[in-house]
Amino acid sequence: MDALPLPADARPRLSPHYVFRWEESQSAFILLYPEGLIKLNASAGAVLARCDGARTLATIIAELQASFPAQGAEIADGVRAFVDLACDKGWLRAA
Amino acid sequence: MPKETHGLSLDGQGKPLWLSLELTYRCPLKCTWCNNPLDFEDYAAKELSTEEWKQVLRDARAIGALQLGFTGGEPLQRADLEELVAHADGLGFYTNLITSGIGLSEERLLALKAAGLKQIQLSLQSTRPGLTDALVGARAHAHKLEAARLIKAHGFPMVLNMPVFRHNIELIGEMIEWAAGLGVEYIEFANIQYYNWALMNRDELMPTLEQVREAERVVNEWRAKLGKAMTIYFVIPDYYEGRPKACMNGWGAIHLTIAPDGVAMPCQEARVIPGLAFESVRDRPLGWIWHESPLFRKYRGLDWLPEPCGSCAEKEKDFGGCRCQAFLLTGDAANTDPACSRSPHHHLVQQAVAGVAAPLRFRKPLVKRAAGAVSTAFMED
Repeated sequence: MDALPLPADARPRLSPHYVFRWEESQSAFILLYPEGLIKLNASAGAVLARCDGARTLATIIAELQASFPAQGAEIADGVRAFVDLACDKGWLRAA
Repeated sequence: MPKETHGLSLDGQGKPLWLSLELTYRCPLKCTWCNNPLDFEDYAAKELSTEEWKQVLRDARAIGALQLGFTGGEPLQRADLEELVAHADGLGFYTNLITSGIGLSEERLLALKAAGLKQIQLSLQSTRPGLTDALVGARAHAHKLEAARLIKAHGFPMVLNMPVFRHNIELIGEMIEWAAGLGVEYIEFANIQYYNWALMNRDELMPTLEQVREAERVVNEWRAKLGKAMTIYFVIPDYYEGRPKACMNGWGAIHLTIAPDGVAMPCQEARVIPGLAFESVRDRPLGWIWHESPLFRKYRGLDWLPEPCGSCAEKEKDFGGCRCQAFLLTGDAANTDPACSRSPHHHLVQQAVAGVAAPLRFRKPLVKRAAGAVSTAFMED
């Protein structure tokens, strides 16, 4: 099983058949996929919105740190933990 | 479908996140475990029109529906399926087609893809042509395999759904192996639930406890072997577990089903419960039916729960089980689901399971779902 943490130069992207979008009725980002849906909190939504297969994990972390400069180290850990979880759950794939 | 949402307890915050449209009860197959009403043929003349279904889609989206299943009957019997998928996709639904595969030509598949269809759930009853055909009462196996091949060839994610009962439960391993070879992403073993036609045939369809345990073992073996390549769902056969299913995640919580005639229901079976005032979208706004109607409020939440549920630590996990099953087995939909070992009626379920284990010299034949197969004229409402 691939439970290893994603390297900083990996380019995570949404798994095929997943739909990620803003849902007004939930005031949240959501993930839709066969037989399921998940409502994301604001920080998870901000990460997934950047997982486009072009940005590296390092870039995603840097972008979010630039948006929230006061919480630099916390953001790096949080993003890595979320991206690993999302890969493990099959929402994301490393390109 | 009266099943759990795969372990995910989802708080819809009062919104019907999951919408099932039973476009028609017409179907070319005659499955003995069908969950459609016994008088399914009476609905053909009352089906909603294309425009009426589109209005349902808009109204459901307005009250927060997100996941959408087109089901039936066989939804491909509706020539406007593609048009409805396109409309739903445009509204922001994630569209799923739940089909037997009969009638799924390459031409229609391409049209469905163009319309924005996201996922297809295909039913397949066995890995053996003769058995499949006998089980569904039609020459279907070859069509289903071709449908599976086309679905994968056109890049749809696919949930392969195998309804599981005594006659096919030992083929689960073979089915997983076949599906893995085809690249199926999700496979669902739906131990059948006993309503309508399935309830009529229950004693002949129920597997033995030994068969269920062996099936679970085989499933776990394949899960370990395939890892993430395939997600294997094994819907809990509640008769055997002593625990009720968290049916629909609770009555009127996140599931909304619309019958072919526009009647809104908390689940696909709810019409078996007598004395409830069902409302059609032809007569009432969908938002009112979902939020305000006595039907949807009747068993919503936890306050109405009887004992032993009211004081039970698991009430937020299973919501007292299934209302339809409570009615069908105990005569009162407000009772604790008899699948629960704490129900005073649990012996009814235990007797059914024990009956399966007892060797019977003669069994009654299976009643196939077919027009005129049974008379409902003398059934009380």
